[in-house]
Amino acid sequence: MNRFEPIIVGFLCNWCAYEGADAAGRARKPYPVNLRVIRVLCSGRTDPQFVLEAFKEGADGVLILGCHPGECHYKEGNFHTLKRYIMLRKMLMQFGIEEDRLRLDWISASERDRFVEVVSEMVERVRELGPLVR
Amino acid sequence: MTEKPKIALYWCSSCGGCEESVVDLAEDILTVSEMADIVFWPVALDFKYKDVEALNDGEIAATLINGAVRMDEQEEMAKLLRRKSQLVMAHGACAHLGGVPGLANFFERQDVLDRSYKEVPTVKNPEGTLPEVQSVAHGRELELSGFHDRVRALDQVVDVDYYIPGCPPTPELIRDAIIMALEGRLPPKGSVLAEKKALCDTCPRRDSRPERLRIKEFKRLHQTEWDPEKCFLNQALICLGPATRGGCMARCIHANMPCRGCFGPTDDVRDQGAKSLSFLASMIDSKDEKELERIADSIPDPAGLFYRYSLASSLLKGKIPG
Repeated sequence: MNRFEPIIVGFLCNWCAYEGADAAGRARKPYPVNLRVIRVLCSGRTDPQFVLEAFKEGADGVLILGCHPGECHYKEGNFHTLKRYIMLRKMLMQFGIEEDRLRLDWISASERDRFVEVVSEMVERVRELGPLVR
Repeated sequence: MTEKPKIALYWCSSCGGCEESVVDLAEDILTVSEMADIVFWPVALDFKYKDVEALNDGEIAATLINGAVRMDEQEEMAKLLRRKSQLVMAHGACAHLGGVPGLANFFERQDVLDRSYKEVPTVKNPEGTLPEVQSVAHGRELELSGFHDRVRALDQVVDVDYYIPGCPPTPELIRDAIIMALEGRLPPKGSVLAEKKALCDTCPRRDSRPERLRIKEFKRLHQTEWDPEKCFLNQALICLGPATRGGCMARCIHANMPCRGCFGPTDDVRDQGAKSLSFLASMIDSKDEKELERIADSIPDPAGLFYRYSLASSLLKGKIPG
């Protein structure tokens, strides 16, 4: 039987998480192919409209990856991300979208193993939840 | 004597408030009736379906339709009036965005029927009868309008030329829309006939809004007394003015109530609820996850609040069935 392969849309900060993903690639670290990466200049650029649009257009999960707290290239962009993320996760429940379909995490430019770990966890969790039926 | 242009008004799933706002034109209705003949207006005039059907296609200059669409009858009327009219205007928040009836999209069709016909304490229905499109009673066949799975805004059913926003729109906006249509000096098709900028921009309390809003909690109206001159957000009361189109003459603000978003999003925004969430969350003055959770929990029904008027036309349009 074919295994369900979720589609995960990832919004990755240009300065840290995207670099981390690049580092994983340069080091030939394998990670699940389910992730579709969109580079944003700051995780704080991830307008909640982007997340809803991703779910509308077929994503089973959305991953936002930014710089560790205190390390934002724009000082506090990632804190804005955190504030919106907490409220958005709560609101998504009312739309019938499980909280775990949206995840925010912090990845620095050097954390290539952490990047692989977070993406793998996300894919496995969403695989458990199953497809988001629209 | 040349014939006057024809206009029509219709209501779908609505409360009657938009009709009331036409009545509130007061003597301005005379200006309208001098310029045009009203050929169809079920709430006030005794014209029938067959009278509309008898008109040539495109014979009506402009039709204003209020209310959201959930029934077969509403869809049929919207399509008929579309065919007979040169211009169709979505009149009021329900036709424009789905409005308050659109909030039913947080529930399944069956839940809505069960609640209304079986569970409501004031309903006595021991046999659990639910409305059916076809049924037989006392040997006679009865037909009712079908009830759709979802509430839709007018432009999800027919092509809409212009939008008159508001719950209800101000009489001034309605008058101006009708006169502009009759005089043929309308903006580009698809325009919302109100201001381009957010309500905050023209709010009478804008001078008391600080450069950066920082709050530690969201208060609710019944929990507090508030300064009638000062920006609501500056008093930790939720006001959707920053994410809502202006043009309402700040009626609620003048009545000392915060904005609830009935004019919908501005032109640059696709999803008013997401934008409301975004600006409110950014105001929170904390970086601690636990505290942020607690503050977010002080809004008991975020989706219902942020999408009060726009759920049916939002990105997700309602609860995902799953």
